[in-house]
Amino acid sequence: MIIGLGHYLSVAAILFTLGILGIFLNRKNVIVILMSIELILLAVNINLVAFSSFLNDIVGQVFALLVLTVAAAEAAIGLAVLVVYFRNRGSIAVEDINLMKG
Amino acid sequence: MILPALFFYLFAGICVASAVMVIASRNPVHSVLFLILAFVNASGLFVLLGAEFLAMILVVVYVGAVAVLFLFVIMMLDVDFAELRQGFLEYLPFGLLIGAIFLAELLLVAGGWVINPALVKTAVAPIPAGITNTEALGLVLYTRYIHYFQISGIVLLVAMIGAIVLTLRHKPSVKRQDINVQNARTKAMAMDVRKVAVGQGLQEPPSREAAE
Repeated sequence: MIIGLGHYLSVAAILFTLGILGIFLNRKNVIVILMSIELILLAVNINLVAFSSFLNDIVGQVFALLVLTVAAAEAAIGLAVLVVYFRNRGSIAVEDINLMKG
Repeated sequence: MILPALFFYLFAGICVASAVMVIASRNPVHSVLFLILAFVNASGLFVLLGAEFLAMILVVVYVGAVAVLFLFVIMMLDVDFAELRQGFLEYLPFGLLIGAIFLAELLLVAGGWVINPALVKTAVAPIPAGITNTEALGLVLYTRYIHYFQISGIVLLVAMIGAIVLTLRHKPSVKRQDINVQNARTKAMAMDVRKVAVGQGLQEPPSREAAE
């Protein structure tokens, strides 16, 4: 019962799919969509670290650190936009976000 | 040999189950809590992979910062979340179909290939034996990948400035501190020594503007 690279890639694939499914299912709730994006980035990180470990190359972990940074920045900016949007419109439903629609 | 496999299935199982609950739970606060659980278990997977530093950073950054940020925002916004869940069941069959196809493709890709053994020997920065993961990461991060390190710092700085600029607002009703006016005040403007006659008290004090 050796845990190989394929096992980790499978877990990451399931997490990635769940993230995409979350965007599909919660199409009205921006907060859950942001959380789904975090899940997707976590799956990417698991992939990077798994390859780094099994190929014996630490560069994957450097990139995982970069992805982590970008994910944190994205969450901060996304939530700031959300707060400003709620302050202006009093709603965070996705279908209300159509100001720029022609 | 059985123990790492056991822990892998434990961490992976809880991680996947809590990821399901993130997208399926009715209350967004529960979603955030399950997101925290997913991240903690993913950091367990990182420990199993030998990336202890990233595992700890994952806990610190996600559980300590991002998840708390999500919680704050959810609790600050006065939103009827039940209304936002309308259409969940409507999209469920289609979403499950797309998800199943996508997952099958990804698993076929993940399971259908092997790594060329020669590739393992050509690692850009092989993990050195005998030193901790943190030290090994620092040895490449601060030398060979210093630009990535600095770029991620700039990304964080820009995100911080952007978030502040987006959410900062000046209310006209709030009295704000004006440093220049404060520094320009002199003793003569601020103080007013008066002779008070005994038994009469202070008459109507002159207003500050009139005194100036």
